[in-house]
Amino acid sequence: MARWLLRRLGQILPTLLILSFGIFALQQLMPGDPALILAGEDRGDPQVLAQIRAELMLDRPLLEQYFHWLGRVLVGDFGFSWRIREPVSALILSKLPVTAQLASMSFLIALVIGIPAGVLSAVWKDKPADWGINAVALFGISTPNFWLGIMMIMFFSVHLGWLPPSGYVPLWEDPVQSLATTIMPAFVLGTGVASVLMRHTRAAMLTALSQDYVRTARAKGLMERVVVARHALRNALIPVVTLGTIEFGRLLAGAVLTEQIFSIPGFGKLVVDAVFNRDYPVVQGVVLVTALIFVTLSLIADILAMLVNPRLRAA
Amino acid sequence: MLSVERLSVTFETARGPLRAVDDVSFSLAPGRTVALVGESGCGKSVTSLAIMGLLPESARIGGGLTFEGRDLLALSPRERRKLAGGTLAMVFQEPMTSLNPAFTAGEQVAEALRVHEGLDHPTALKRAIEMLDRVRIPEPARRAAQYPHQLSGGMRQRVMIAMALACKPKLLIADEPTTALDVTVQAQILSLLAELKRETGTAILLVTHDLGVVADHADEVVVMYAGRVAETAPVEALFARPEHPYAIGLMGAAPRFATPGGRLASIAGTVPDLMAPPPGCRFAPRCPFGDERCAEQPPMAPLGQGHAAACWVAPIA
Repeated sequence: MARWLLRRLGQILPTLLILSFGIFALQQLMPGDPALILAGEDRGDPQVLAQIRAELMLDRPLLEQYFHWLGRVLVGDFGFSWRIREPVSALILSKLPVTAQLASMSFLIALVIGIPAGVLSAVWKDKPADWGINAVALFGISTPNFWLGIMMIMFFSVHLGWLPPSGYVPLWEDPVQSLATTIMPAFVLGTGVASVLMRHTRAAMLTALSQDYVRTARAKGLMERVVVARHALRNALIPVVTLGTIEFGRLLAGAVLTEQIFSIPGFGKLVVDAVFNRDYPVVQGVVLVTALIFVTLSLIADILAMLVNPRLRAA
Repeated sequence: MLSVERLSVTFETARGPLRAVDDVSFSLAPGRTVALVGESGCGKSVTSLAIMGLLPESARIGGGLTFEGRDLLALSPRERRKLAGGTLAMVFQEPMTSLNPAFTAGEQVAEALRVHEGLDHPTALKRAIEMLDRVRIPEPARRAAQYPHQLSGGMRQRVMIAMALACKPKLLIADEPTTALDVTVQAQILSLLAELKRETGTAILLVTHDLGVVADHADEVVVMYAGRVAETAPVEALFARPEHPYAIGLMGAAPRFATPGGRLASIAGTVPDLMAPPPGCRFAPRCPFGDERCAEQPPMAPLGQGHAAACWVAPIA
């Protein structure tokens, strides 16, 4: 177990290195010259442009730029945003809690709705309740987040006036207001993930319920509730745990459209703004942190999988 | 103790109703072993699942099932659950898949004890380890902490038996308990069942297609064919003098009972499609002895000493 963990951790660093170079190389393909954007009104002046390029090392070979950046990243320095002259790490640290809060709330909503709905629709297979749950899930999967978001704003904010239509209040400043500003985007994101979780839980439960060990459990005289919740669900959760962790990673990576609609200053908004302004250090920093989150979550997914599936532990 | 009276089980299928068990009757006395014999698909497993109350809800059950004077079919699901795993227990054919891969062997045996005897966790686990020891699992405490994938097939079947016997059932249904196991392990498991039966006085309903197992372990035999009973007899009588043409064919087809030096016989033809069974005797299309009477279903003809065969022609002299 300890050796497995070490080997697994050893895989993380190369993954991130390859990824970081990929990001670096790819953004060279983006159209537009950052120097021109940064020069603003002086973009006609070749001297200003040359000065900006020298300052940002844009006149150096790509590999030199990369290793310079990498060397600084390795000691925790992501550089400065070209546009707003703030350290990238400070930007990330200010946006990450916002996205983390939104992602956690969304994921909680997804779990609370998705898993029970999947279990119930498997238990009631081919009955009206199953059709109903599936119809709602299909709606959840096929409804674009931006549309659902706009509809919710119109209904709960404009029509009923219950919730603020946009903006964000940090959790530690005013918890109630913070929840009020994030509940709608969290619901929009969470229901989408809930639909995915529901469909996978349903499929895994149907498989589990048809297994011989479920018949054994019934032969033991267990209540159907115990057979479903203990014997079937325990096994059905094995694939769902992995899927759920990846979905959580996607939520943490930021929800660009949803954050835009609700004006939530999270990761998604940060990276979109940075891309449009050719703010390379910010793009690189955000993408690298996102990648780190994903790699860590996939490690957590593997550990969780071992916890729920004893067959993996022996290996 | 157990009385099966004109039991019938019908499944609704896409092609129409399928009667998997049709008019099956037999009874089982305490401490005895009755073998339910027949080919795959003859309805022997469905019969045992009906007794356990494990058939899917869509199955329609007719006739009567009485266990210790109680009508099993009239019991509420709650009362049924009290019986299942307690006084009525079952060992399944597939030890590889019949144990839950997510729980240790000990937990799975202990669960039955917690449910039926209301034991707390530690006590149930202690009793579970005793049960594992009782089914001759070496190092029971260590094995109890292991998961099914860490155990061999024979070991898993022993765990299944420990689970079934944990609450001292009065009736144990063993559905092909050794079919999936190696021959040497088969013998061990069967002698274990026989030993436990002697110790506890549990009645056993042994579902099998293996006549060798029947000869060694059963007291009485019920031969089934295509959902119906062909012949019932004490085990010695059946092997000495099978009366139903199907039973006669079955004996001839069993390696152990073929005449020395003789060739292994086989029964011509195939098992009828239960969606469209032949009218009358279902064995008639394959029967070498049949006549015009066989167009009608024969009643069970008593042949003396608990021996009876559903055949117009029997006894075939």
